[in-house]
Amino acid sequence: MSEFLQQLLNGLSLGAIYALIALGYTMVYGVLRFINFAHADLFMVGAFLGYFGGRLVPSGTLVGGLGVLALAMAGCAVLGIVIERLAYRPLRGAPTLNVLITAIGVSLLLEYSGQLVLGAAPRTFPDLFPAGRFNLGPVVVSTNQLVVIGVAVLLMVGLELIVHRTRIGTAMRAVALNPRAAQLVGINNDVVISFTFGLGSALAGAGGILYALNYPSIDPLMGVMPGLKAFVAAVLGGIGNIPGAALGGLLIGVVETYVGGSAWSTYKDAIAFAVLILVLLLRPAGLLGRVTVEKV
Amino acid sequence: MRHPLLLLLAALVASGLVALAAPLLNPYYLDVLIGVGINVILAVSLNLVNGYTGQFSLGHAGFMAVGAYLSAAVSLFLAPAVFGDLADAGPLRQGTAFLLALLVGGGAAAGAGLLVGVPSLRLRGDYLALVTLGFGEIIRVVFQNVEVLGGALGLNAIPAYTNIFWVLASVAITVYVVLALVHSTYGRGFLAVHDDEIAAAAVGLNPTRYKVVAFVVGAFFAGIAGGLYGHFKLTITPSGFDFTRSIEVVVMVILGGMGRTAGVIGAAVLLTLLPEVLRPIAEYRMILYALLLILLMILRPEGLLVRARRGGPA
Repeated sequence: MSEFLQQLLNGLSLGAIYALIALGYTMVYGVLRFINFAHADLFMVGAFLGYFGGRLVPSGTLVGGLGVLALAMAGCAVLGIVIERLAYRPLRGAPTLNVLITAIGVSLLLEYSGQLVLGAAPRTFPDLFPAGRFNLGPVVVSTNQLVVIGVAVLLMVGLELIVHRTRIGTAMRAVALNPRAAQLVGINNDVVISFTFGLGSALAGAGGILYALNYPSIDPLMGVMPGLKAFVAAVLGGIGNIPGAALGGLLIGVVETYVGGSAWSTYKDAIAFAVLILVLLLRPAGLLGRVTVEKV
Repeated sequence: MRHPLLLLLAALVASGLVALAAPLLNPYYLDVLIGVGINVILAVSLNLVNGYTGQFSLGHAGFMAVGAYLSAAVSLFLAPAVFGDLADAGPLRQGTAFLLALLVGGGAAAGAGLLVGVPSLRLRGDYLALVTLGFGEIIRVVFQNVEVLGGALGLNAIPAYTNIFWVLASVAITVYVVLALVHSTYGRGFLAVHDDEIAAAAVGLNPTRYKVVAFVVGAFFAGIAGGLYGHFKLTITPSGFDFTRSIEVVVMVILGGMGRTAGVIGAAVLLTLLPEVLRPIAEYRMILYALLLILLMILRPEGLLVRARRGGPA
């Protein structure tokens, strides 16, 4: 029983990170109808910004840690907006396939320039937050897990407020619903799309730091696997659906952690894809997605 | 192509002649040529899926891995049992054994293509890309865990059956099959699915079926390429068939112009030779590929090596 609870906690803290990344996929899909492959690499950039930012602040303090987190989120937001401006905006209205190929190009560019500049060897992520662990009944809780879950919950609540309670959030939902109609009522789609990229990228950056806190070995290709799994999470929840992405992330994190603790642990990295195939076969719209029929 | 079968025969005879002349050639050039040929097979077969049928697959390396592993397994474990000791056997017995290995590898890859294709080809565009990528990775993880096939260390001491004749002949057959397929009455369906799936369905074609056929045929030849690769390098490891390998093939298809076999062959030749010529900048290669993809899509999405297409296939 205690092992069950322990694994549940580990799974939830991993799932919270997947959820943060999945939110970015789902938001960009909502406004632009394409999957931003480079999203997973912004996650990596976030972790590296945290690594270098961590040298500027005293290690192991809450204030320093939050400062670095804010820095990484801001850096990723700017990078996300720049990528959208330079690579994706010239292709507005082009076939999906072309945008997709460009996104793969951007992703590879970030990964391999990362390898060239930072080296391919993994680095050890510093302790940004006060490190420690304590017993909560039968379960061992590390402070990093608390930070992960706390920050993730705060960011998701913040996102919910932005999307539903602000003007720009309303505009985002309008563009997601129907870009042309949004333009007709005076929304500047380009501004909304830039904002969405910035928001999603900031969440990916935060996810990168939180991931690195729990798995403190970072390298330029670290985003690939979590990125794929977060994408699966977004599809599981119903792509384009924000609560769905959060739910999907948590589910994938928990399932993966249980499989990792079982006799099938070497197949841990494949489990997300097995889930993906099941979802696509049984309920292609995802858990919370609406079934839509494509019209001519 | 007025007499495609005749051309195929001519190409096969030409491969035989090149093979006869092979001892006179510099072995380094011969090796490079074999590498070029294997990449041409990969690119032309992926072009059937990504180009002609318009379905973006990112898992070609996975099917190549299936072909490489299965054909190597046949050569290592099955062939000695069936054909006896082949080390000193004549070319005919060796050739038969290799043909069997290649066909088993290609067939297994085609089977894997069917398994992957049926569920995933209900998806489009970016979903399909990610799912095929995921499957490619799953195939790799599975090979890493199969102890009989060497696990993470892979298989080695594969017999060196691949020579220039086998490679050139396979190139000729691949190009012939892909071109004959898309130029046949049946094959027009691939282009119809590419251009407009709903319209294709409206005139009575079954888009999913066309996609699966393209996928299975593409996977088969990827498997053949894998078999040739394994019997050429003599050692295969799961990490040799990772995501970057798929990307390399995708870049060849895009650079050559999706759905343009001649351009794709040119791109495959060019991109295989470039790293050989530019060894000093090898570490920039992937960055170069990435920039190439982005700039091509923004500036010249129809591909670099051909003129823009209007209407039918080339």
